[in-house]
Amino acid sequence: MSLWKIALRSLQYRRLASGLTALSISLGVALVVGVMVIHAVVDQSFKRSAQGYDLIVGAKGSRLELVLSTVYYLGKPIGMVPYDYFLELTEGRFAPEVDLAVPCCLGDNYQGYRVVGTTPDMFNELEYRGGEKYRFREGENFGWGEYYDAVIGATVARKTGLKVGDTFQPGHGETPEQGEKHKPFTVVGILAPTGTPNDRALFVNIEGFWEIHAHGHYDQEKPAEGSEAKHGTEEHGAEKHATEEHAAEAASESGAADSGDKDHSHAVAGDANSHAAHPHAQGDGHMERHVTAILVRTNTKRMTRAMALPKIINQEADAQAVMPAEEVTRLFEGIVGNIQKVLLVFAVLIVIVAGIGMMVSIYNSMSERRHEIAVMRALGARRLTVMSIILLESILLSLGGGALGLLLGHGLVGLLAPSIMENTGVVVHALQFQPIELVLIPGLIAMASVVGYLPALIAYRTEVADSLSE
Amino acid sequence: MLELRQVTKSFTLPDGSPLDVLDIEHFDAKAGEQVVIVGQSGCGKTTLLHVIAGICRPDAGRVLIDGWDIPVLSEADRDQFRAAKIGYVFQTFNLLPAFSALENVMIGMTFADGRADRDRAKMLLERVGLSHRLTHKPSQLSVGEQQRVAVARAMANRPKVLLADEPTANIDTGNQQQVIDMLRGACEVENVVLLLVTHSPEVARQFDRVERLEEINRVLVKRS
Repeated sequence: MSLWKIALRSLQYRRLASGLTALSISLGVALVVGVMVIHAVVDQSFKRSAQGYDLIVGAKGSRLELVLSTVYYLGKPIGMVPYDYFLELTEGRFAPEVDLAVPCCLGDNYQGYRVVGTTPDMFNELEYRGGEKYRFREGENFGWGEYYDAVIGATVARKTGLKVGDTFQPGHGETPEQGEKHKPFTVVGILAPTGTPNDRALFVNIEGFWEIHAHGHYDQEKPAEGSEAKHGTEEHGAEKHATEEHAAEAASESGAADSGDKDHSHAVAGDANSHAAHPHAQGDGHMERHVTAILVRTNTKRMTRAMALPKIINQEADAQAVMPAEEVTRLFEGIVGNIQKVLLVFAVLIVIVAGIGMMVSIYNSMSERRHEIAVMRALGARRLTVMSIILLESILLSLGGGALGLLLGHGLVGLLAPSIMENTGVVVHALQFQPIELVLIPGLIAMASVVGYLPALIAYRTEVADSLSE
Repeated sequence: MLELRQVTKSFTLPDGSPLDVLDIEHFDAKAGEQVVIVGQSGCGKTTLLHVIAGICRPDAGRVLIDGWDIPVLSEADRDQFRAAKIGYVFQTFNLLPAFSALENVMIGMTFADGRADRDRAKMLLERVGLSHRLTHKPSQLSVGEQQRVAVARAMANRPKVLLADEPTANIDTGNQQQVIDMLRGACEVENVVLLLVTHSPEVARQFDRVERLEEINRVLVKRS
């Protein structure tokens, strides 16, 4: 019969007190696990969401806001950059350093979910989470020439009930209450869940996006315009400016445009002037378009020059280039990380308080166990032996509580996973273990040894003759 | 086998004055010998057993068991010696409530050499008629059964000396004789010195050698 078994039997004998003590420890450990897992997953997910491209080019302003609005669809876009700047990246002076550039236009919503005007390259060429290709749960990507086709994220599909073939009308602004309704888009594809903010967005052909803003709110009786127009991208250079005719038409509707309004947070903000200031509007016969951000994948074959690209762009007045990973890391280290550190400290404090509770519980039991310890000593147990038994009891309680806490913690994460997924797009699994959890068990053993020391010392000091006569 | 020479023991009272309890010039018991010690309450019977068991150290004198002088050993060595060479049966049984009857017998073995001989523990319980009670906790046993478990536990490590401190005081008359028979039988089988403290004349008269502590303890002789 080992000392472990003796300690275990003693705990079993006081099963209610032992169970409650272990439970209090398990709750603390569960909180630590929950905070650690969610912290790690959110951290990873935030950082991975911006993977697949190296730079975000957008209007001058807050670097963080540009990243938050472009990658996470949080807050308002900080401004616009001319479509010409996009062409600089794809065809102009920056083209050799750019492997891929994908434009994004923001500013509309559908039932509160962001509507993003972009090109099919978003899903054909870009990857997410470090090398994963976008897959379609249903349907397919929209085509270059299908202006009013759209692809929706998995969460949007689930929450709005939109299916392939359904249509939806985006509204101006970031919230459902805002603005007027646009011409409808048809859902042609539903993305498989990605665990990125893209699950919570709708993606429409940028040509259609530009068109609806050029023509204002949708009139049911007015036939859709521009459906025959062609998109303008690098790969389709011959067709790129085929919409000029349409743009001229749009411009005649909206009047002369002040396309230099870079502080305008939306291609059209919904006010009376916004249509005139719309990127799709034209001035002196040339089509003026704007985008809110450009996702840039640099050319790895020209690494040295590509690395200098942000610096060159930032020295100019037209735009800024930010490295999303850097901004996200700064955000995490500066704000989010600190909040999570505070949560972690609280959770650790709960474990420590539970540990002190364990000490009080064992300590209180010592007065009634003095006689039992004296009997063990009379049977030949050394002082160090009885001390070890009490320490082992403390360790067993901590380990039991710790194991239960790990189960509870991961169970908690599993329970919260759907809610986290729905509200943040972050995919969390109950069985996502973090390496730092390996520290928990040695940490608990160390804590148990410390808190068990005082009661163990009482056992050590128990005088046999005196205690036997009690 | 067991020799006491010039053993004295006193305690300090709360007012600081000493209280002499033991002053035994000479006491011997041969291997296998069964001795009853009788005496009034408070005459030092339990203290004598504690000194022999090494639970407390005498102020002076020698306590020799199997050639080992117990008082000169360190406390840890005395504990080890007690676990290996001395069996102890208490008046109140003192079974450990968290453990089954079998585990109560085995726990003493663990303290002796870290290993518990399950088969011997079972055999001892069988010998005291408790083979059907192996997994029962003390609270599930009658007082008589509890004391029989205590007898088995005392014999677990094949002791040289078995000390029994009023082992029948807390059990009914029917069980008293059974316990005495078991103690005597076990000591006979394994050639163990039995030192049994009792108040009971019925128990005392069954033994060939009866020592009155008032006669061998000079503290009491002086008082009288």
